[in-house]
Amino acid sequence: MLTNPICIDRSLLELPRPKIMNKLSLLLFFWLPMPLLAQNEVGIDERINQAVQPMTDFITSVVFAAIPIAGVDIPFVLIWLIAAATFFTFYFRFVNLRSMRHSFQLIRGDYDDPNAVGEVTHFQALSTALSGTVGLGNIAGVAIAVSLGGPGATFWMILAGLLGMSSKFVECTLGVKYRQENADGSVSGGPMYYLSRGLAERSPNLKGLGKLLAVMFSVFCIGGSFGGGNMFQSNQSFEQLVAVTGGDASRLADKGWLYGLVIATVVGMVIIGGIKSIARVTAKIVPFMGILYIVTGLVVIFMNFTQVPVAFNQIITGAFSPEGIAGGFMGVLFQGFKRAAFSNEAGIGSAAIAHSAVRTNEPVTEGLVALYEPFIDTVIVCTITALVIIITGTYDPSGTANGVALTSTAFGKQISWFPYVLTLAVVLFALSTMLSWSYYGLKSWTYLFGDTKVTDTTYKLLFLVFVVIGASMQLGSVVDFSDAMIFAMAFPNILGLYFLMPVVRREFLAYWERYKAGTLPKYD
Amino acid sequence: MSRTILVGLDDSNNSQRAIEFAKQFVDDDTVIALVFVIEWSRFSFSTVEENAQRHKRREEELQRAHEMVLKPAAEHLQQENIAVECYARHGHVAEVMNRLAVKLDADMIVVGKRGNSALARKLFGSTTASLVQVAEKPVVVVP
Repeated sequence: MLTNPICIDRSLLELPRPKIMNKLSLLLFFWLPMPLLAQNEVGIDERINQAVQPMTDFITSVVFAAIPIAGVDIPFVLIWLIAAATFFTFYFRFVNLRSMRHSFQLIRGDYDDPNAVGEVTHFQALSTALSGTVGLGNIAGVAIAVSLGGPGATFWMILAGLLGMSSKFVECTLGVKYRQENADGSVSGGPMYYLSRGLAERSPNLKGLGKLLAVMFSVFCIGGSFGGGNMFQSNQSFEQLVAVTGGDASRLADKGWLYGLVIATVVGMVIIGGIKSIARVTAKIVPFMGILYIVTGLVVIFMNFTQVPVAFNQIITGAFSPEGIAGGFMGVLFQGFKRAAFSNEAGIGSAAIAHSAVRTNEPVTEGLVALYEPFIDTVIVCTITALVIIITGTYDPSGTANGVALTSTAFGKQISWFPYVLTLAVVLFALSTMLSWSYYGLKSWTYLFGDTKVTDTTYKLLFLVFVVIGASMQLGSVVDFSDAMIFAMAFPNILGLYFLMPVVRREFLAYWERYKAGTLPKYD
Repeated sequence: MSRTILVGLDDSNNSQRAIEFAKQFVDDDTVIALVFVIEWSRFSFSTVEENAQRHKRREEELQRAHEMVLKPAAEHLQQENIAVECYARHGHVAEVMNRLAVKLDADMIVVGKRGNSALARKLFGSTTASLVQVAEKPVVVVP
């Protein structure tokens, strides 16, 4: 089991054959009894694949439909994401760069209303959203990008990260602006709300479209929460655990289901059992793990500081005139852009759900704060990973190695015990990403099916089933499908953003004018 | 001239001692301002769900502070015809108390000593000690 790592399927985005979907088989798939899963892995694996393949293939082929550009097949969804990020950057006149100083003041709390102490602050909204995005993408994905695209991919990754800041700005502003205050005093926000409410507010003619986009988004978000936000996480964290305990010889090597059950139990204790302390502890440990990862990366870079100019030289020359990279210039560009888009989720819409709980009278401020998410996630963390990999020369151009394992090896070359710390970090990152995505998925689920005890518990049980499946199996097409679901979220979301961007621009310009004039109330 | 005595409360008996102490200084023109601070930081880490519930929780916390701590203490003082004001606030205990004391132009701040063990003080620091350090008004610590 698990010899061919799933993250490669994720990175290559192959396009299988479309067939017709079969609802019944999907239902069957949901109700597979758990013990059977654990024991007959191969057989069940096969059967699940057969059952869901027609549907997954169809959706995968649509979402990842490729357009050949200069000899490289580039999935349309990637062009869709990057084009939007670039467009928003120009439309908002480089809000991503010029507001960074002010955004930092907002995060620091300089403009927090003292009467709102005890509410969700900008810092909390940002750190919560970050712990949902920083994770395997930064560790595993970057290793694959540098392996397949060479050091030059780092350059394009950074550029895409900078552009992605503009997409985050737009979606998170809208997430706060159109959020819903529930009867019980809690708040719900995110693309489903701004798509349905926002478009209806723009024009009565758009009401139907808004509703449709909101439903589409919710469906994809539920799929993404089972896949990339769940199965991919449990699968990859288990792989790292196996790798660090001895690879194929590890006692854990064929115990994926056990790991899955343990993780599912922990997640279940939080989301069903309501044991908040686990979630709270995770929320507190994960940021420190992130900081530890950054600091260790910097230490490795510093230990080899004479090679840093060489590495940057490789990054720049590799970005524009790569040698020996499949697809040449376009190939490098593609790898870098892809990793950035996949790691920071800008334009996907998930972050808008996380950011919407902040307490502020100015939705724009949360958009400005959210700018820092792709910046920290991609421009800082991914770049550190890339530098460590480049400096230690840990590539695997064949593209068959596991992403986490590559990064782990790269760090291990310099600091022998770090792979163990990294394993702990990976498991915790996976756990926090799962908890975040279970929330995103649940919000979409209750948006579609209503917020009752039964619908709520149904979703949560399904979520746990997928944790075990993800850890115990090699599910090529199912994982392709779940990736497809995450990126499919970008279609309704970004389409809605185009309709709603004049609203954001109006609010932003009015706000910025007051900021420049110094008339914003400042308390610190 | 009216006087204001700020008394910091927590949910233990220590605050009872602080109130009893403050009462000695009360004359016809004295107001006792009771404050209960809910420990909170804008830089803490929280989960998505906690964030979504936060606004509601905050209201609940403030309400509970008033009902469980401030109101009983205030009623006790009012029975003795002492003028009372009540404040419930979120934030860093010492900073919030000091800021309120400055704002109310309090003549002194009275708090009960928590009496934590040496180990607990090493690990978590002492609220009383940090209050003494930041305070811009006289502080009385009642043992």
